[in-house]
Amino acid sequence: MLERGDVANTWKRERWDSLRLLTPNWQTRLPGLGYDGADPDGFMGMPELIAFLERYAEHIDAPVRTNTTVTSVSPLPEQGYLVETDDGEWEAAAVVLASGPYNRPRVPAVAASLPPELEQLTPADYKRPDQLRPGRVLVVGASATGIQLADELLRSGRDVTVAVGEHVRMPRSYRGRDIMWWLDRIGRLDERYDEVDDLVRARHVPSPQLVGTPERADLDLNALTAQGATLVGRLAAVNGATASFSGSLRNVCNLADLKLKRLLDAIDAWEGLDAGPRPEPTRVDENPKVLLDLAGFDTVLWATGFRADYSWLNVPVLDRKGEVRHDGGVVRDAPGLYRIGLNFLRRRKSSFIHGAEDDARELVEHLEGHLGGLRLEAEQMT
Amino acid sequence: MSTTESAADNGVNVEALLDARNALTDAPEGAEFTWRATNEWLRGTHSKSTVEQYRGLGEEHQHRSTFSYEADHPEVFAAEDQGPAPVEFVLIGLASCLTAGVAAVAQNRGIQLQSVKATIEGDMNILGILGGDPEVRNGFNSIRVNFEIDADADADEIAALVAQSQKRSAVFDAITNPTNVSVTIG
Repeated sequence: MLERGDVANTWKRERWDSLRLLTPNWQTRLPGLGYDGADPDGFMGMPELIAFLERYAEHIDAPVRTNTTVTSVSPLPEQGYLVETDDGEWEAAAVVLASGPYNRPRVPAVAASLPPELEQLTPADYKRPDQLRPGRVLVVGASATGIQLADELLRSGRDVTVAVGEHVRMPRSYRGRDIMWWLDRIGRLDERYDEVDDLVRARHVPSPQLVGTPERADLDLNALTAQGATLVGRLAAVNGATASFSGSLRNVCNLADLKLKRLLDAIDAWEGLDAGPRPEPTRVDENPKVLLDLAGFDTVLWATGFRADYSWLNVPVLDRKGEVRHDGGVVRDAPGLYRIGLNFLRRRKSSFIHGAEDDARELVEHLEGHLGGLRLEAEQMT
Repeated sequence: MSTTESAADNGVNVEALLDARNALTDAPEGAEFTWRATNEWLRGTHSKSTVEQYRGLGEEHQHRSTFSYEADHPEVFAAEDQGPAPVEFVLIGLASCLTAGVAAVAQNRGIQLQSVKATIEGDMNILGILGGDPEVRNGFNSIRVNFEIDADADADEIAALVAQSQKRSAVFDAITNPTNVSVTIG
């Protein structure tokens, strides 16, 4: 296992201070090691998660070579791959790419048009509110990261405007249970990549509007506007100091409200219960602003997602969007190459920590088959 | 979301659309379309537009016939009102795009439509186009669309049809988001 930094490197260095997992502690488990602390219904902050991952590395006695950055993975002439690092190279019959889905912030091209006096931050740079200048903040994006950071900035006393595109709204709990418990219960998290209706869509569903706090609070757009946030549509263009936002705000909120209702209906139907309490529809102004003068703002925070970095992957397996072509983690047209840890890799839960177990087991089976095939070939040749 | 076993028939060939999506994912250049119209001045603010060809799927296409539309300004603008105003064509474009989307999404979801009626209104302060107030924009300040839909579905399913139709609508996107427009002479 080659690790560019330490075990849990990304969680140690590339996330903001207040971040907690969206999944409750009881669900945060890896094969052979679950949560055994005092608060199974709580949510791990970064120090606890880092300790858990370090403990796991010890538990499985993982052969981790830390501080070893992979600089290139390329095909060998016959079969297998050459893995080059800043500390030696390996020839491997099989390689598993476990480099994470969120390596680089995805910042839209419009960022280049912003007035230079505006400070621009990504979630990779953001640590805590006092890092920002005191003035108004435009948070672009309203998925998990966007609403969490908007909430934190509102609490720090800042004036916050949130640009809202398509999003997934979820209550923290429903009928006294965590929503993640329900998603597990009704089988949503186990839905498989080869059974889902629209896999492209499923792999690109934004992260749900959730936060893991000790208060188990809901965090949605209504919670932000109750604290004084202004909602605008998706950021569409910037012209001089004027930003224009899509007129689709009402529809994206309506889509999310309807989808939330379908989820709660599905839970009720699963349990054979009458409809439970429904969250208030998202409150949207009669005429949300479509133009804003950015002169009044100090900071733009891009909560517009992340992308995987494959700059070191010298195997022609990327599609035109720069994503690895794979079938449930088995990389296409590259025997012995595997990918793990992507949204909906093999199941809806693939992107969660506990989702690694089933995916890893199935990919290892495939990988063993591949290595077995190579051995058989070698025997037949001798 | 069953598409094949559904008895619903709204006259939309959803299978063909889904096949096209799959085919174009592998051949993205075919997905590049260019839509065209010509417009000729008649007299006053009266003009005639013609639509007959478009490009897509890697080739030129001809509409089944040549479509012509006349536009003019209304009498309150001291014009002869020989056709809808251009802004009304924009409303027509949005309404017909959303209605087409409702039918397609309903078909894809196996929902039988009985009737669909959209009423559309756009508010505009004409001091913008008259140059009477530099603070006022020329275009619509807001547009409202109301659908009356009779379908074999409950209220939430119908609301979801209308929401999904907006999400996938070309004209809704064109109106709600900025687009570069270049106008040349030649």
